[in-house]
Amino acid sequence: MRILMGVEMAFFSTNEIRNGMKVMIDNDPCLILSNEYVKPGKGQAFNRIKYRNLKNGRTVERTYKSGDSLEGADIADVEAQYLYNDGSHWHFMVKETFEQFAMDPDHVADAGLWMKEQSDCMLTLWNGSPLAVIPPNFVVLKIVETDPGVRGDTSGGGGKPAKLETGAVVRVPLFVQQGELIKVDTRNGEYVSRAKE
Amino acid sequence: MSVEVLRARAKIISTIRNFFVERGVLEVETPLLSPATVTDPHILSIPAIWKNQTFYLQTSPEFAMKRLLAAGSGSIFQICKAFRQDETAQYHHHEFTMLEWYRIGFDHHDLMNEMDELLQRVLNCEPAERMTYADIFEKYTGLNPHFASKEQFVARARQLVEFSGELSDINDWLDLLFTHCIEPKMQHDRPIFVYDYPISQAALAKIRYETPKVASRFEVYFKGIELANGFHELQNSAEQRKRFEADLAYRKLHQLPEVPIDEDFLKALSNLPDCSGVALGLDRLIMLKLNAKTLADCSNQ
Repeated sequence: MRILMGVEMAFFSTNEIRNGMKVMIDNDPCLILSNEYVKPGKGQAFNRIKYRNLKNGRTVERTYKSGDSLEGADIADVEAQYLYNDGSHWHFMVKETFEQFAMDPDHVADAGLWMKEQSDCMLTLWNGSPLAVIPPNFVVLKIVETDPGVRGDTSGGGGKPAKLETGAVVRVPLFVQQGELIKVDTRNGEYVSRAKE
Repeated sequence: MSVEVLRARAKIISTIRNFFVERGVLEVETPLLSPATVTDPHILSIPAIWKNQTFYLQTSPEFAMKRLLAAGSGSIFQICKAFRQDETAQYHHHEFTMLEWYRIGFDHHDLMNEMDELLQRVLNCEPAERMTYADIFEKYTGLNPHFASKEQFVARARQLVEFSGELSDINDWLDLLFTHCIEPKMQHDRPIFVYDYPISQAALAKIRYETPKVASRFEVYFKGIELANGFHELQNSAEQRKRFEADLAYRKLHQLPEVPIDEDFLKALSNLPDCSGVALGLDRLIMLKLNAKTLADCSNQ
């Protein structure tokens, strides 16, 4: 158990809640996605707040009475490096402090599809423990398996599946060959271009 | 804001002026600052200091216009600024433009007819649909708003709305249900007039002592947005004072600012002729006309 000594989180009134803020809801850290002010001309004001629970990834909408407050969450994104996977856990090191963390695959989730050993990433820490991994927006990875394309086809139309060295499968143009490096956008899992080492 | 929006605003406002001039309704101007203000627990005034005395920017021109009516003005209208301690949001701003008008000898149904004509003229929309508060409330919540108990409203709200928190007043629960279960369903291609409110929400409207008792109040909604609020106006100053005092008690209980009751208004109320009046958020009307997404896109802010 981690004891917070002398650390007091701030409370935010519903009218201070902005998109991107991180707050505690039902004891879970949550990311605010939107905050809609609902007020009848002569009636009670409410705030309809949409948020993503950062522990389970679920998006929820909940209404608060205007003026009620939410506790800020101790959340920080820090630069880190993915070190290795020991078969049961993924191991990371925070660049600035050299502090190492082990995470189970459920928490690494899809981020694991884009990282090989020594890859840079961001770690989301909640009360000092890792909550999520964010891969870089773009990564360069090698194709380990794909059907041979038709030589001379540079149209890019159609495409074919290609398996990458991390296990991810992306759609690539027909002219891209096994063994080549490609650049992929990790936010949508789409092929961007061929790449050099 | 673009020049096109400026021109569109000017055109809508001139259409509205013509509408009232054609009907012989007199345009008036009343003071924006007053030493007293509304007691509504959910309408908070913005104070302004002059010579060490606290004044309030009007939240609507209602009290001042009713004093003119009591003094014999006949039917009147006004386009003016109103100010409230509201958040800046999609449909809210602390300063906004209001169209308010009063018609001598009209009940709230007569005034709804006139509102319908105005909306058709300005928005080119279909004639409005009308529903009693009880019918629309029952349709979407299954509860009769005049007969159900507070416990039933609370239970239904907890069931239908993902709501975190507590509300003390029965009206606040009604507001929660109305804004979350009914307003979002009002996405019709024509305005909806909701009328005959629960007596706990009578505000400045007459109460009709039928079964059930109802307040002769109406609200106008279009595309899920609240546009206007009207009353068949209460003329009984003793009853109005009781309602103001109930508001002040609520304010005290909830640590909201206490404000002085407008005694000049109460005095005038006994001489108010039988009339109906309505206030319409002009920026919201213009927003609907221009298919804009937010108030900020079409007000002079």
